[in-house]
Amino acid sequence: MTRRMKWIQLGVLAALIVLLPLLFPSGYYYRVGALIFVNALSVVGLVILIGYAGQISLGHAGFAGIGAYACALAPEHLGLHPGLAVLLGAGISGVMALLIGRPILRLKGYYLAVATLGFGILVSMVLTNERALTGGPDGMVVADPGLRDLLRDLGLRLSGGELWYGVSGLVLLVGAWIALNLLDSPTGRAMRALHGSEVAAATVGIDVAAQKLRAFVISAVYASVAGSLLALQNQYVTPDVAGFLHSVEMVTMAVLGGVGSVLGATLGAAILTLLPQVLTVFAEYEQLVLGAVMIGVMIFLPQGLLPSIARRLRGTSE
Amino acid sequence: MSLLEVSGLGISFGGLRAVEDVSFSVSPGEIVSVIGPNGAGKTTLFNMISGIYRPGRGSVRLNGQDVTATAPHLLARMGLSRTFQNLQIFQEMTVLDNVLAGYHLTERGPVWADLLALPSMRRRAAEVRRGARDLLARVRLDKAAEQEAGSLSYGALKRLEIARALALGPKILLLDEPAAGCNAVETEEIDHLIAELAASGIAILLVEHDMKLVMRISSHIVVLDHGQKIAEGDPATVSRNPAVIAAYLGTDAPTEDPAHADG
Repeated sequence: MTRRMKWIQLGVLAALIVLLPLLFPSGYYYRVGALIFVNALSVVGLVILIGYAGQISLGHAGFAGIGAYACALAPEHLGLHPGLAVLLGAGISGVMALLIGRPILRLKGYYLAVATLGFGILVSMVLTNERALTGGPDGMVVADPGLRDLLRDLGLRLSGGELWYGVSGLVLLVGAWIALNLLDSPTGRAMRALHGSEVAAATVGIDVAAQKLRAFVISAVYASVAGSLLALQNQYVTPDVAGFLHSVEMVTMAVLGGVGSVLGATLGAAILTLLPQVLTVFAEYEQLVLGAVMIGVMIFLPQGLLPSIARRLRGTSE
Repeated sequence: MSLLEVSGLGISFGGLRAVEDVSFSVSPGEIVSVIGPNGAGKTTLFNMISGIYRPGRGSVRLNGQDVTATAPHLLARMGLSRTFQNLQIFQEMTVLDNVLAGYHLTERGPVWADLLALPSMRRRAAEVRRGARDLLARVRLDKAAEQEAGSLSYGALKRLEIARALALGPKILLLDEPAAGCNAVETEEIDHLIAELAASGIAILLVEHDMKLVMRISSHIVVLDHGQKIAEGDPATVSRNPAVIAAYLGTDAPTEDPAHADG
């Protein structure tokens, strides 16, 4: 992975974000695009955790929930600007990940998956049951951060869809840039090394537990920021954002697209965000088709869509 | 003064005494070999010294400091490095990245510098990259630098492990069967490399089945059988020791070599 590869990938992503609107038949698609970018952001975080460091989390939606509800609650109760609430949510998510990961990641094996599963359910239960604070299962309204008004004062008139398409796309680009920086850095190499062999990584001086913890905390912050963006653009949150299904969806997107690849993650997010909309023609068989697609990909393209396709194109298919 | 001092080291697995009361020492520039029949406890001994197993009895001292049961990544910081009998390669990384991972202690910095690709990291990265390529040239893998490590032959991976272990600039290097699966030419190359490393002042602790190699390069040999040290001394002394001949070399020793050469 050279520096040149990093800029090519970022270039491709930037070009897609800028050029796709030319194909949009209506303003509605800006909403869909923004949703894809938000999903892709949390999946890029999972690429760091699963793809680089080889650890599985089944509760990352919990961090998305923290990010989302930080944007809903902090402006109302603390008088914080929604923009700062994003940072507050990211901070809380990072600290939570640290507290959960520190004892768990000393152990080898699947303990992280089980612990995060519990964490995700816990967050989702709190959000559902603390009615007085969160509005319960009905959710709550999120204050407008005033970004649109600010831009209008600066002479840029955007629809809500266009604005959040741009903001989400920009944040995704930054997230992808950071993940690609990490890939070809000492920390990223240490993560990939322990993924390959924990014992060999330790013998070259890599603190295996500490590097796993780093990956977990970083990916939690990604999920949190994605949750915040979702809350801000919908101007509404429900506990579903922290639900178990959302956690599974994130992991599925990552694995479908190619869990070691930032661009693959984006592709996985795009497909699984769009597919349910396309598959509505199958009516009640929608879930069935979705499941079949997943099984097919795992059997025929086990490394995920993008890496497998890239390998075929290079002619080095195994 | 000796760099590594092992005294009375022992470990049991479920009542089986895998290694029992083994003592020896290694000085800078010295090549000490541990030999013995399969299952004698050589690799177990290595795993205790390098912190992978916690010894049940005895102690390991590195540079005069007690490091018994110290975690491997902390031992690496103190200059102890090793290779593995059953390869432990980062298969999905390139050959160059495998060696770069070996430079972890040299090139690691604050995590935000990595996340933001700060320019301060770049100069160090360039230096480390040059060092890694030099090491690859030394084990004749420079042409394969950009290949995925998993695509290399067994003998090449053995050499890659040595390069990775050297990347952290060790004071003492533990080599677990570095010549296993290598042909005669490769074995001779590894032979030269080990001698060179020792000459540069690195202490070498070696487990090897290739007796010709062991007899040729060792300054001192420790013989294990059933987890116990049954003899030690210079190659000439050890090869004449009746207990060693009975336990390991045996009467049909020469047939051992080809059997292991294609390992």
